[in-house]
Amino acid sequence: MRIVVTVKYVPDINTDRGFEDRRVRRTPDEGTLNELDENAVEAALQLVKAAGEGEVIALTVAPPDGDPALRKAFQLGVDRGIRVSDDALAGADYFGTAAALAAAVRKLEEDGPVDLVVTGMAALDGLGSVIPTLLAAELGRPALTLAKKVTVADGVLAVVREHDDVTEELSAPLPAVLSVTDTANTPRLPNFKLIMAARSKKAEEWTGSDIGLAAPAARTETLSAGPRPERPEVQLVTDKGEGGKALAAYLIENDLV
Amino acid sequence: MTNRTVLVLLDPATEVRSSVLELFTVARGLGTVEAVALEAPTVEVLAQLGAYGVETVRQAEFSAAGGGVVKGDERHLPALVAAALTAAVRRADADVVLLPSSFAAKEAAALTAHALGAGLIIDAAGVAEGADGRVVGSKRVFAGSWDTACAVTTPVAVLTMRANAVVPVPADAPVNTETEPLAVDVPESAVTLTSREVKPRVGDRPPLEEAAIVVAGGRGTDGDFAPVVELADALGAAVGASRDAVFEGWWDTYVGQTGVTVAPRVYIGAGISGAPHHRGGMQASQHIVAVNSDPEAPIFEICDFAVIGELADVLPQAAEEIRRHKG
Ligand SMILES: Cc1cc2nc3c(=O)[nH]c(=O)nc-3n(C[C@H](O)[C@H](O)[C@H](O)COP(=O)(O)OP(=O)(O)OC[C@H]3O[C@@H](n4cnc5c(N)ncnc54)[C@H](O)[C@@H]3O)c2cc1C
Ligand SMILES: Nc1ncnc2c1ncn2[C@@H]1O[C@H](COP(=O)(O)O)[C@@H](O)[C@H]1O
Repeated sequence: MRIVVTVKYVPDINTDRGFEDRRVRRTPDEGTLNELDENAVEAALQLVKAAGEGEVIALTVAPPDGDPALRKAFQLGVDRGIRVSDDALAGADYFGTAAALAAAVRKLEEDGPVDLVVTGMAALDGLGSVIPTLLAAELGRPALTLAKKVTVADGVLAVVREHDDVTEELSAPLPAVLSVTDTANTPRLPNFKLIMAARSKKAEEWTGSDIGLAAPAARTETLSAGPRPERPEVQLVTDKGEGGKALAAYLIENDLV
Repeated sequence: MTNRTVLVLLDPATEVRSSVLELFTVARGLGTVEAVALEAPTVEVLAQLGAYGVETVRQAEFSAAGGGVVKGDERHLPALVAAALTAAVRRADADVVLLPSSFAAKEAAALTAHALGAGLIIDAAGVAEGADGRVVGSKRVFAGSWDTACAVTTPVAVLTMRANAVVPVPADAPVNTETEPLAVDVPESAVTLTSREVKPRVGDRPPLEEAAIVVAGGRGTDGDFAPVVELADALGAAVGASRDAVFEGWWDTYVGQTGVTVAPRVYIGAGISGAPHHRGGMQASQHIVAVNSDPEAPIFEICDFAVIGELADVLPQAAEEIRRHKG
């Protein structure tokens, strides 16, 4: 089984995130693999193991300093890592990113079919949860998204999908696109052996022209991005028997009841 | 601006959720409002649409490629919803499509925008017309710490909107809502839906994603959600939890980046530490209140009001006061 897993390089949610020149500020120190893509990597590794043979290829669309995501993916045990970087993708919207990911998958298919593309449920910077669907549309493949349970048997992918207040069971023949939630599995931790092995693995660098990408023009334009005013200092009350009354009073005084 | 046509997704069509009433309210500010339904709206729903100024409901009638009509649960799959919205945009010559911000609706929005070559904005907190006549969506990002504004540069704009972005207001004058059939060809798809279950709504408690007040419990409840539920019911609020509390099996839905993102008027977190993943799903709330026994709890950093104390003491007392106040 040959699986591509998409991984995004995002600002760590534990750092002070922000914008610069109307684009998300990315610094290598504060950049990391989107945590939710660890579930995607884990799902891919488990599926290849269950199939008995195959390859997991991590794919990212990122600026040239976007390798921390691939480095982490290597430490988790993926076989190959590919970064697509191109100036034309710098201001890409969802459609540009999806087109680039699709073009890279097609390029990979020149030397063998890709049975499955696995993605995370959302990128923690933008929280769009639309790339898996758009990537499948670009590739003309079925999308089974937000899977909390995944099985592959006889070339058919089956999932239990949970979203909003709905639970669904869906299936589709491979090749397909799959997105997994953070409850689908527990991502492994990199161990010493994997960390050492990861050191010798090198990210492959592809440009837009390598993959025959004509990046579509962005359909949205960020006009402004500014930090919200700080919240006023918290009003702290220590409960000495009247804490609940104080809470109720706060709600009532602010007309919130 | 007023000659824009704005389509709003109405799914289900057997009730109008408050998030959809909000969309109608926003849509009226942009132009003529139409709804797109996947089934026949009930009489009560039609009356509500009229009150909110919806001129037309386009009711999708799906026909499969091989002939035959699709009436089952498949209608709610993103690909079919998107096919309906795409057909409706073409039919009505619409300029803007508005959907709620559920996971399923986001996917339908993405596919609609893909089919139409339209610009897409996910999770808008507001939609307005920019100085140059373009549709501008405003968003609150990075756990509610930054505000951004995005203009759509294509003729058609597709947006999903966060619940509680505006207060739903009926139109000044009600209209007579017309129902029009909308023929939709079901796209070829290799996806098979074997089962679909919708979680029933519990009593009068509002759904978490739409509630104006949310009371959430965390690990600090130690498994006893009774005080959380008592305060929520006194306030007419929805009940939520932290992911840890859900993983423990104490409650079924959690607030946060990977759970439900909420932006209510009031969020009350009890026995929740305020981890970044949790904050990411509630920090855009208008008023943030916490009850925590640890004076150093990180959630206090983002609170407006907080009580340092045992939640089992504080919440029932607060509930009692609220009930008394409401009479
Ligand atoms: C990929 C990923 C995604 C995640 N997504 C989410 C998400 O969407 N939503 C989410 O919530 N979490 C999410 N998490 C988990 C998150 O990181 C935290 O672990 C979790 O939010 C902590 O839950 P908690 O606040 O209930 O528990 P804790 O952090 O253990 O906090 C319990 C709090 O209760 C207080 N307390 C204890 N006893 C009492 C008492 N008697 N009275 C009052 N206060 C008391 C304590 O002082 C403490 O502050 C995610 C984690 C990962 C790895
Ligand atoms: N630039 C990117 N490079 C690689 N994968 C991406 C990129 N953007 C999004 N993805 C994948 O798509 C998933 C959903 O992202 P999003 O739709 O942006 O929330 C992520 O979890 C990633 O697996």
